[in-house]
Amino acid sequence: MELQTMTALELSKKIRQRQVKVADGVKEVFDQIEKKEGKVHAYLDLYKKDALARAKEVEKGIMDGTYTGPLAGVPIAVKDNICIKGKKTTCASRILENFVPQYNAEVIDRLEKAGMIVIGKTNMDEFAMGSTTETSAYGVTRNPWDLERVPGGSSGGSCAAVAAGETFLALGSDTGGSIRQPSSFCGVTGIKPTYGTVSRYGLVAYASSLDQIGPVGKDVADCAALLEVIAGHDPKDSTSLDRKDLDFSKSIEEKKLLGMKFGVPKEFLAKGLDPEVKDAFMNTLKTLTEQGAIVEFFSVATMEYMIPAYYIIASAEASSNLERFDGVKYGYRAAEYEGLHDMYKKTRTEAFGEEVKRRIMLGSFVLSSGYYDAYYLKALRTKALIKQEFDRAFAKYDVILAPAAPYTAPKIGESLKDPLAMYLGDIYTVAVNLCGLPGITVPCGQDKAGMPIGIQMIGDCFGEHKILRAAAAYEAARGAFPTPERGGAEA
Amino acid sequence: MAKIIDDETIENVCILAKLSLDDEAKEKAKQDMQKMLDYVEKLDELDTDGVEPLSHIFGDENVFREDVVTNGDNKEAMLANAPKAKEGQYQVPKTIG
Repeated sequence: MELQTMTALELSKKIRQRQVKVADGVKEVFDQIEKKEGKVHAYLDLYKKDALARAKEVEKGIMDGTYTGPLAGVPIAVKDNICIKGKKTTCASRILENFVPQYNAEVIDRLEKAGMIVIGKTNMDEFAMGSTTETSAYGVTRNPWDLERVPGGSSGGSCAAVAAGETFLALGSDTGGSIRQPSSFCGVTGIKPTYGTVSRYGLVAYASSLDQIGPVGKDVADCAALLEVIAGHDPKDSTSLDRKDLDFSKSIEEKKLLGMKFGVPKEFLAKGLDPEVKDAFMNTLKTLTEQGAIVEFFSVATMEYMIPAYYIIASAEASSNLERFDGVKYGYRAAEYEGLHDMYKKTRTEAFGEEVKRRIMLGSFVLSSGYYDAYYLKALRTKALIKQEFDRAFAKYDVILAPAAPYTAPKIGESLKDPLAMYLGDIYTVAVNLCGLPGITVPCGQDKAGMPIGIQMIGDCFGEHKILRAAAAYEAARGAFPTPERGGAEA
Repeated sequence: MAKIIDDETIENVCILAKLSLDDEAKEKAKQDMQKMLDYVEKLDELDTDGVEPLSHIFGDENVFREDVVTNGDNKEAMLANAPKAKEGQYQVPKTIG
């Protein structure tokens, strides 16, 4: 069996059975990177030397029983908004072009304890603000399925790297769909966990009440295993939850859909949904029912208010979180200025990109005196109504189904011209973040051009076990999903 | 009716956001923000009377811990990231005349 076609769990198993060396997995990944990275540009930084040195350490650790977990020896890529001690962490922004964290994010410590090997940092939209990875200050990432298209965003680098075989697993972050949407565009699997399940310590904050780190992988089992590695209570994050039900890999052992109740918001299938995406979605519903699941449609009255509420809240939090980038303690400082305030302003104006500035300004406005109630509080009240609606739905359904995005990956250069139109593309993903819910995207089809389409399975808070079980069962019924071949990095 | 974003509002936003935009960028920002506010005005349709604003999904209780230092002295490592440092401190332009 070729290493490249193995899942992360298969690779680790072979390693632990002494059939494959840890270094072989790492070399395989760097071989693929050498072949494809020039076209895809999924990475901002690569640690080949460190990774090979670490591979030796891990090999020894597996031999002596230090690392016994199911992902020991597996190479992993990390989104560049997650801090690694001694490694540049730029958030794909000029303002952090030379920032080197002095500590590890909690998730990085957990990867190390699991015997995993971090191979590099992946590209993203600047500060995770964007849906295409085009707002990166360091160049676009191309979709491995078609190099003329975007990989989605903001975790576009992580998803493209997994799709291209340039890593076995990756970490992304999801504030409004930033794992689930690019997973759909790149034909990979990705999970946004229940808020508070994974520590945000060391994740550079965008919108703190919405941000969660999550896994991206080749299939549901790999993602469940990685989620199990990174989840868990962390006193360093005051919003971290002390959950006892973190045995996510167990929940997929029984791949059964019989009797599971799925709800589909009717409004999600109305206007704006690409017909080919809709077809793939409806076919998936058929597969689920054939497997014994019950699928029902229900009405979501708050749909139209999800994006407005989300962008007000996310921008408000962003404007506050990004105040810290002022050229004093770290990162970029303007070369010329007159006095302290001018230094702040010039530094920020020169080093933040357009989309980041747009959101900081919107956020500053909605939080400003005289407008706070009308915009920010109104959005928080709307969020309460959206949450109530999901609570009612989850009283009836185990899992809610939705498309991951209204369309397949757009062409590079098409999306940034009209920011509002780009925001509207987040329609199926933002409510999950507003309500703290877990969601998983699984590939479910391809459009006529061959671009992947994903389906989103949404659970109630702490409902990871249900969505993982449903996703794994669906995946088994679907069969193997293709990897990029045509017109892409393989061409 | 959405708020009309005029020059004065954009000036004020730039002060709050600590940004200095040139005239062209200001004009663009005005248009972008106006478009966004016109769009989010949609929320006004929604009756939220008596609905409490929801900030934290899982309650907003404070999380306390003992006030014990757990990290070591990272002063030099932290200063290594500063654009300018002097005598063990961050250096900024003169602020007092």
